[in-house]
Amino acid sequence: MIDTDLIERDIEGYLRQHEEKELLRFVAVGSVDDGKSTLIGRLLHDTHGLYEDQLEAVKRASIKGATRGAAAESEIDFSLFTDGLKAEREQGITIDVAYRYFSTSKRKFIIADTPGHVQYTRNMATGASTANVAIILIDARLGILPQSRRHAYIASLLGIPHLVVGVNKMDLRDWSQDVFEAIRAELGAFAERLAFKDVHFVPISALRGDNVVHPSESMPWWTGGTLLELLETLPISADRNLDDLRYPVQYVIRPDLTYRGFAGQIASGVVRVGDEVVALPSNKRTRVVSIDTWEGPRDEAFAPMSVSLRLADEIDVSRGDMLAHPHDLPRVDAAFEAMVVWMSERPLDPERSYLLKHTTQMVRARVEQVRAITDPETLEPRPATTLALNDIGRIAVRTQRPIFHDAYAKNRGSGAFVLIDSITNDTVAAGMIVDAPAPALAPGGERTQVSAAERRARLGQSGAAVTVALPSLEDARALAWVLERQLFDVGRVAFALPASPLVTEGALLACAAGGLVAIAAERGAPRARLRVGDAEWTDVPLDPAEERERLAACLLEALRRRGAWDGH
Amino acid sequence: MPIPSDSALDPRRDPRRLTHLRQLEAESIHILREVAAEFDRPVMLYSIGKDSSVMVRLAQKAFAPGPLPFPLLHVDTTWKFRAMYEHREAWTKQIGARLIVHKNERALAEGINPFDQGSNRYTTVMKTHALLDALRVHGFDAAFGGARRDEEKSRAKERIYSFRDAHGQWDPKNQRPELWSLYNGRIKKGESIRAFPLSNWTELDVWQYVWLENIPIVPLYFAAPRPVVERDGALIMVDDDRMRLRPGEVPRTEVVRFRTLGCYPLSGAIRSNATTLPEIIREMLLATHSERQGRLIDHDEEGSMETKKREGYF
Repeated sequence: MIDTDLIERDIEGYLRQHEEKELLRFVAVGSVDDGKSTLIGRLLHDTHGLYEDQLEAVKRASIKGATRGAAAESEIDFSLFTDGLKAEREQGITIDVAYRYFSTSKRKFIIADTPGHVQYTRNMATGASTANVAIILIDARLGILPQSRRHAYIASLLGIPHLVVGVNKMDLRDWSQDVFEAIRAELGAFAERLAFKDVHFVPISALRGDNVVHPSESMPWWTGGTLLELLETLPISADRNLDDLRYPVQYVIRPDLTYRGFAGQIASGVVRVGDEVVALPSNKRTRVVSIDTWEGPRDEAFAPMSVSLRLADEIDVSRGDMLAHPHDLPRVDAAFEAMVVWMSERPLDPERSYLLKHTTQMVRARVEQVRAITDPETLEPRPATTLALNDIGRIAVRTQRPIFHDAYAKNRGSGAFVLIDSITNDTVAAGMIVDAPAPALAPGGERTQVSAAERRARLGQSGAAVTVALPSLEDARALAWVLERQLFDVGRVAFALPASPLVTEGALLACAAGGLVAIAAERGAPRARLRVGDAEWTDVPLDPAEERERLAACLLEALRRRGAWDGH
Repeated sequence: MPIPSDSALDPRRDPRRLTHLRQLEAESIHILREVAAEFDRPVMLYSIGKDSSVMVRLAQKAFAPGPLPFPLLHVDTTWKFRAMYEHREAWTKQIGARLIVHKNERALAEGINPFDQGSNRYTTVMKTHALLDALRVHGFDAAFGGARRDEEKSRAKERIYSFRDAHGQWDPKNQRPELWSLYNGRIKKGESIRAFPLSNWTELDVWQYVWLENIPIVPLYFAAPRPVVERDGALIMVDDDRMRLRPGEVPRTEVVRFRTLGCYPLSGAIRSNATTLPEIIREMLLATHSERQGRLIDHDEEGSMETKKREGYF
């Protein structure tokens, strides 16, 4: 509520108080006629977020439209205030996400007001994507509808930590505690199967205002506080991920030759001046020498600040790259699995490629397989080959180049993506990367639970493959062993494979995918080839007249220069 | 993991908390950089008002220590307040911004003015057409606007990246879903994106930011004695000798100020004694009318803003 007294007396004091407020975003969802728009109108009205002329306009429209028979002439149809578009006013339903704002002495609130019909699931996902809290309204007369479960599931899927269930229209059920408790028991049991940190229930009447902003006099049995009290006090600052630094580079600020700042918004974690960071995908290590803002340099910055970082070394970093701490890297992989909400009227076409936008990069991607569709009302998966509008399913994705990602459940910023149809340019799906690593290349082509990035983090090197060919197989094998020894001496994990018909290129690459520097020797014209990580094979000159140690040292240097490991 | 104590959860004790204004600022800077990185020819619509001033300051922050990587565009009806033109010249020079001024010269030559055509037609020709014309002439593929979702009902549904077809038109029923901060800026030739970095700011946030950041604004926002006439229930300032007085109208000096600025014959003043930012904010908080009411263009019919936006208005 607006503290009019403080504003009158001490406006600067009020402004200082307002300046200190925390921001809470919530999404309000409900089935048709659950009274969601009325609830929002009520919150805005009772916290003085509605102006008199807006109220007048709504009063006029209430009488003119008499749309839902919800309001007698003397009552205000609050829903008319929030249903903004002409088509909505004509049809009497909410068809798109609308954002509303109000503040109390404790917090500033952003409401995403989203439609409840099945066909607008995508809009609910939109509103839920940035929310701290979900408010789901249940009509006390109707109890829990299939859609109520659907809404709870989507809220959980989109990673909203806190669920608040408003059991509405209590006035039409004689303010009955039994009705409320029955709904609480049923939906509470369902919500336990979901991923919320906490779930709260409040009995309300949005139309009459009971337990919305002001405590209800009609429900003396309720001592759990009002909906607004809950919104003002739910702890949300601990929901942020301040553990894992993910810094997607957004824009390079380069006003002259002396300044090069990598601008971005910290997706998660904390960065300090002096921190060692790894730039992905180059895997180059460097240090943060300055954290710049308009206000001046800072010692540290944290999510979700927008800053600009300067680095110690002139390494190649551009938009779409990511900076992270060397001990805590994201997964770097072109294959991963994700839950998606399909948002387009054209179904998913596994034969087509889509554009995938993730952090600050856009990459071509293909959906390799639809693993299952989840029934949002029973949570049961069922097999499927495609996804249609509003379907929620699990898919296997392969991108044209690796992306730097985390599981959405751990990191909303680096775990979320959207799919874009490259012909119509529509946003067709919202994706949330799941925890289980995607199948990676492993010996025998089996699936592995350990990703290349994890191996790299453990071993401090990328996997690499080297083949050396000399006219004499004995000479080639001797060279391989010398290279193995030299790599071992500089701290690398290398293995010279025995010369055998079983050592195919595939086996070599499989070892490399496991993080080893795998070396194979063969008989042939003098030639050496190597590849680091997913890069292409490259030839390295091999002069058979040189002595073995020198040849091995050249190969070692070639591996180092191609970023097989950092430092010397 | 230890369970955090209550005090650890109190955001006011958390050294790593961002206040809502700093969160909004970080979000806006992200949007500004995203557009600058993704589009070939972005431009920033600059209307000289307080929201524009905040948007320009955020852009300075986004690209510091570099200059703004895009020009400012003022769509000039030629009927703005004189003080606005003075402010525009001084401020853009001071910050070293590149300014493009675009007028609908043909309409001006035809004598279009805010008195004869009615505010609807006048706005369409002098603002909407002129804007679309400017975007086309310069080949801009993205344009920043300072609109906020709390201003008006149809604005509440607009995306941060708002897609416009080749005719500059907005289709509210067919907007791209916009999730997280992953904006879809894909367009075909001739299409464009309007980007709204201040989407989630409220009027109070904007004023508070102007105050905190000491952002220069046009003096018309502050109360001063000004010559006005009362017309159709609004106080209209007689800013120059082009003002057509109706029979019986005699300008008189009143202490007034403006909550929003536009073309002077279409901007209603309010009686006020607020001469400092905190006083303005106090007045705004205690006011009972929303700010757009001072703008005559929104009043014509219910849903008029939506209609204008469908046609290409900002």
